Amino acid sequence: METIKVKDLDRTFKYRVMKEPGGENLTRCFACGTCTASCPVREVDEKFNPRKIIRMAILGMKKEVLDHEFVWLCSGCYLCQERCPQDVKITDLMTAFRNIAVAEGFIHPSFVAQVDFLYKLGRLYEVTDFDNKKREKLGLPLIKQMPEEIREIFKQTGVDKFVEGEQ
Amino acid sequence: MKYAVFLGCTIPVRGQNYELSARKVSEKLNIELVDIPEFSCCGFPAKSVDFETSILMSARNMALAEERGLDILTLCNACTVTLVEAQEELKKNSKLRESVNEKLAKIGRNYKGKVKVKHFARFLYEDYGVENIKKKIVKPLDKLNIAVHYGCHFLRPSEVYEQFDDPEHPVSLDLLVEATGAKSLDYKGKEKCCGGGILGVKEEDALLMTKLKLDEVKKVSADCMISICPFCSIMYEGSQKKIEKSFEVEYKIPVLYYTQLLGLALGISSEELGFKLNRVKAKSLLAKVEVEAQ
Repeated sequence: METIKVKDLDRTFKYRVMKEPGGENLTRCFACGTCTASCPVREVDEKFNPRKIIRMAILGMKKEVLDHEFVWLCSGCYLCQERCPQDVKITDLMTAFRNIAVAEGFIHPSFVAQVDFLYKLGRLYEVTDFDNKKREKLGLPLIKQMPEEIREIFKQTGVDKFVEGEQ
Repeated sequence: MKYAVFLGCTIPVRGQNYELSARKVSEKLNIELVDIPEFSCCGFPAKSVDFETSILMSARNMALAEERGLDILTLCNACTVTLVEAQEELKKNSKLRESVNEKLAKIGRNYKGKVKVKHFARFLYEDYGVENIKKKIVKPLDKLNIAVHYGCHFLRPSEVYEQFDDPEHPVSLDLLVEATGAKSLDYKGKEKCCGGGILGVKEEDALLMTKLKLDEVKKVSADCMISICPFCSIMYEGSQKKIEKSFEVEYKIPVLYYTQLLGLALGISSEELGFKLNRVKAKSLLAKVEVEAQ
């Protein structure tokens, strides 16, 4: 096992996390492990361990938390958050970690692709002419893609910087 | 009863059987669904990247319904939680509300916080009522044994759902299924996630999560699974063949949308309910309830 060196820790990381929506109760965690025991991702993949991630964040292991696949492995099911006896908003906390990771330049490629679609189409899946023809045949209303207002939103929040061909 | 229907991204292209059956069932129950063409993605995928962007997308969608004076009915669990959570967040955080409305003003929108957002199944359970559904049943499906899958975001986080059901031991969907005359089965891990949330991040983990539930559903010999979320259906139905192949198992478990099941019990034909579009064919199930497969 690798030694954790105090000099490498960022002791203010926890305060940054606690400023994010969902991060507020981070330091309430008393490491009971209810989250990890409830987690359906942990059940299939030992790499994902919410209790450990929370501990790492409190210790200040910023780089290890952010620059790692595991913050992206939460499926967002809220079982842990529902059961946490200390009211740590664990699922929202994972979102907070992701938001900080993105701000620091670590964005998961699958989300780059999703943001790209949202910007270009206003939706996650393209509705092609073929899809609309099928919809018409089924008696469903046609769908027109209207991404203009979504693009304006992305430009205002700066998320457009992840879109290919923009900026 | 008139509502704006929020389809989201997945249903119009990958869950047309859900959309068709929801529209047919609504017609039958005198619920008018209004389409708002300007609706976009709910904002769910943006949440992991930038929280405020996600809230803005949700607020814009809700503002569109407000402009028409309509409450929203959703069909997808992820859309539901995204819109409802955004609403809660905007209610408790006035700074965020201000910032969001400043940005929305630039695209000519304004969010007032007046719209009510409910999943269609929650609406049927809470507002339309299980007893009223029972009165409309013309073809009781009493030969069917069913494994319901609630999906995470229909119930959780419970703090945004006004305790309409218990997040650990829910009954709403079971009762909605039993209103059709079918039996809702107990099985292990009913509360668990389909894995859809991490399909794009680590497919092998996601499919293993899906498999664990299919294993449990198989053990109780269910005639089908019932889903109320297009993404859960993609996992259990759309990925079923792939899982069968890679794990050398056999399920052949049909996954119906609740609206398809209810539609059958209301006397609507399988064709009108889009059964043709189900990937795992429900022929033997339809034969069991003596409905002609089209």
